Order: sequence, then structure tokens, then C-alpha cells
Amino acid sequence: MYEIVAFYLFSALTIGLFLVTVMSKNILYSMTSLASGMVLISGFFFILGADFLGVVQLIVYVGAIMALYSFAMMFFDATRDIKEKNTNNTLVFLLGGLTALVLVLMFAAPIYSENIQALYPMHEGVGNAQDVGIVLFTKYLVPFEVAALMLLVAMIAGIILAGKKMDESLTEDMSADDEIVRETEIEKDDK
Amino acid sequence: MIGLSHYLVISAILFSIGLVGVLRRRNLLMLFFATEVMLNAVNIAFAAISHYYNDLTGQMFAFFIIAVAASEVAVGLGILIVLYKKHGSLDLDDLASMRG
Repeated sequence: MYEIVAFYLFSALTIGLFLVTVMSKNILYSMTSLASGMVLISGFFFILGADFLGVVQLIVYVGAIMALYSFAMMFFDATRDIKEKNTNNTLVFLLGGLTALVLVLMFAAPIYSENIQALYPMHEGVGNAQDVGIVLFTKYLVPFEVAALMLLVAMIAGIILAGKKMDESLTEDMSADDEIVRETEIEKDDK
Repeated sequence: MIGLSHYLVISAILFSIGLVGVLRRRNLLMLFFATEVMLNAVNIAFAAISHYYNDLTGQMFAFFIIAVAASEVAVGLGILIVLYKKHGSLDLDDLASMRG
């Protein structure tokens, strides 16, 4: 019973929040709704018994990625509304709606999967985190290490790309800065 | 009772929302948000399949998707900052410099 209520509640809220993310003109609204939608998605993971995945979702997505976005937004002018030229809205919604329809029909169809068997079955009486750890560090050790290396490369790339010319301001006028410097110099000369 | 199909359908709907965002948006930061929506939708499907087939492989793939998404955001935001420094805007129409 609780599962049904939670599922429909989370579904409705996630769909609404992600629609706001996609449709909103303001970056701040969009980012906030994206963050709260991700929190609700971790709720889905907790319902599904994937506790560790839910916690990782909360820490990585809502914590790290959204913090990264909000830091990046300090470089851009986030308070202004975005003016976009949407040339072919009907075509976009037609394509998106058709994709949604096809996917829903595909997934709602009965699944004949008698011959699918679990490759790494979950163990009874063992917590999800323990189970995940055992499989991750035995069967998926090489992909795990590759992912760690990829994150390192991504971190270095991010630092190098964003770190160029960090001393210059992006949003403010450069001429305004120059004027301030000039004024202070004049004041010094007066003294 | 909530079955596997329910989760797959909600995942498909969220994926389509992300797809509409990718097709509709002209701002690069908003395109990034839409791709995050799509990645999250796929993660739901993986977790649901992992639960209903009693198999941990789906959760493993969801972990790797989260790792890929994190590195994508790190590199992508660096590129966005460089683009913004160069062009002063993140609009795709402004950035289109190759016209035939």
C-alpha cells in the first residue's frame, strides 16, 4: 500500500519538476527543480531496495553535480531570463510525444523473460551495501578502476579548462574595472 | 501492486521529457540539464530491473552511469566556461560559426 502511494506521489512530482526543468526560462528555477527531482529519484531507488544507489544518487547528483552547476552559474549571468528562438515547437513536441508513446508501448507490453536469469543474484539476509560492495570489488573491479581513472582525467580537464584566465571577470564590464583602477590612480596622484 | 512495467513506463516518460528538452533548448546549460534528466530516467529503469530480476548487474550499471555523468559535467562545464569567455553567450545559434 505504502509502496503504491509513494510510487505515484514520486512519479507525479518527478514528472512535474522535470517539466519545469525543461520548460522554464530561468536558469535558477530550472536548476532548483532539477535538484529536487533528483532527490525524488533517489526516493525511487529506496523503494526499489537499492539503498546504496539511492545514497550515491543523493551524494553525487544532488551534492556534487548540482554544486558544480551552481558554481559554474556564478560565471554566467543566471538571473536574466533566457531568450531562445524556438523555431519548430510543434515538430519537437511531436517527436518527443511519439518517442514517449513508442517507449511506453514497448515497456507496457508483457515481458516474456522466462530465460532471463540473474547473473549476480542478491543474497538473502545481507544488506544492499554489502552485496554491492562484494560484486563491485570482485566482478566489476576493472570497470571500477577505469571509472576512477576517468574521474581523475575529468577533474584535471575541468580544472585546466575552467582555470584559464581566472583573474579576469566574465560578467562585469572590463572597461568598468579599468575605470575604477584609473580613478584610484587619479586619487593617488591627487594625494 | 506496482510491477516492473510501472517503473519502466515512468522511466520512459522522464526520458521523453529529457528528449524534448534536448530538441527544444537553445541554451547550452539547459541542454546539460536535459541530458541529466535523461541519464536519471535510465538509472530508474536499471534499478527497477535490478530489483525485479533480483540481480545486482542493473545497480552496477547505474553506478557507472552516475560516474560517467559526473565526469561529463566536470568537462562540459569547463568547456562551457571557455565558450562563454570567448563568445559572451551560451546560445547555440550564436555559436554556430560554420555556415554553408
